[in-house]
Amino acid sequence: MTEHLQEHGQETHSIGYGRYALIWVGLMGLTGATVALAGIQLGRWVIITALTIASIKGLLVLNIFMHMRFEDKVFRLFTLVAGVVLMIFLVLTFFDYAFR
Amino acid sequence: MWLFLFTELILFGGLFVVYAVYRFLHQAEFELAAKELDTLIGTINTMVLLTSSLTVALSLTAIQRGKPKLSLLLVGITIALALVFLVNKYFEWSHKFSVGLYPQSPELLNKPPGEILYFGLYFVMTGLHALHVIIGAVILAVMMRLIARGVITKDSYVKLEAGALYWHLVDIIWIFLFPLFYLIQ
Repeated sequence: MTEHLQEHGQETHSIGYGRYALIWVGLMGLTGATVALAGIQLGRWVIITALTIASIKGLLVLNIFMHMRFEDKVFRLFTLVAGVVLMIFLVLTFFDYAFR
Repeated sequence: MWLFLFTELILFGGLFVVYAVYRFLHQAEFELAAKELDTLIGTINTMVLLTSSLTVALSLTAIQRGKPKLSLLLVGITIALALVFLVNKYFEWSHKFSVGLYPQSPELLNKPPGEILYFGLYFVMTGLHALHVIIGAVILAVMMRLIARGVITKDSYVKLEAGALYWHLVDIIWIFLFPLFYLIQ
């Protein structure tokens, strides 16, 4: 019975083994993709594609492995704020350096 | 636990900002310096860490489903993978040292300023990350003991969850370090 409840993951937000494995396959695939893409001369797009793939991987780990998807709204908002603050640091720093 | 992870985010975030600025100022030299890094070792270590993240996530599911032995095994595999990561890092760094690349080495100081900065950041950021891997492995070892002694159980697994979260954070940081240092040639 408890096994059955947890299968649906409502109470403990326990995620099945299969789903984790699937995410892992995705992460490995993205790693392969980012290495393969780095071999191609894409000029200034190199950094953009690399960071986009890294962000997707980071979000997969955060949302599934770290269960962020199943946390409540307020808490997810806090995490978002932490991420946004970091982005503000980066962007403001570049306003300084890019226009010197 | 999450509050602590936010402080970690700012710690590494600050270093990423420093990296971004110096890379912006010394683009060509950063790309040249990155050629010294072994992409193969970097890729293997990325896969090792991603897999260790999987096993620690699975161990949490195992304990939630009342299977402490399976959980114990999975945390054990995670720690083993952490050791593999560190051994790879050891070979990578000792190779750098043997070709005269270490902080303040005469070899390094003869290079242009951008490359000195690149290697400075490389040693500080991957070094700080490796320190986190060591701490994470110790935390997980303590968790193994708690599982074995029956402190962490099906109904009380918050400690293991916190340990796993820390481990995932270490993984996420590496996810960003890897392309920024290894894949910019």
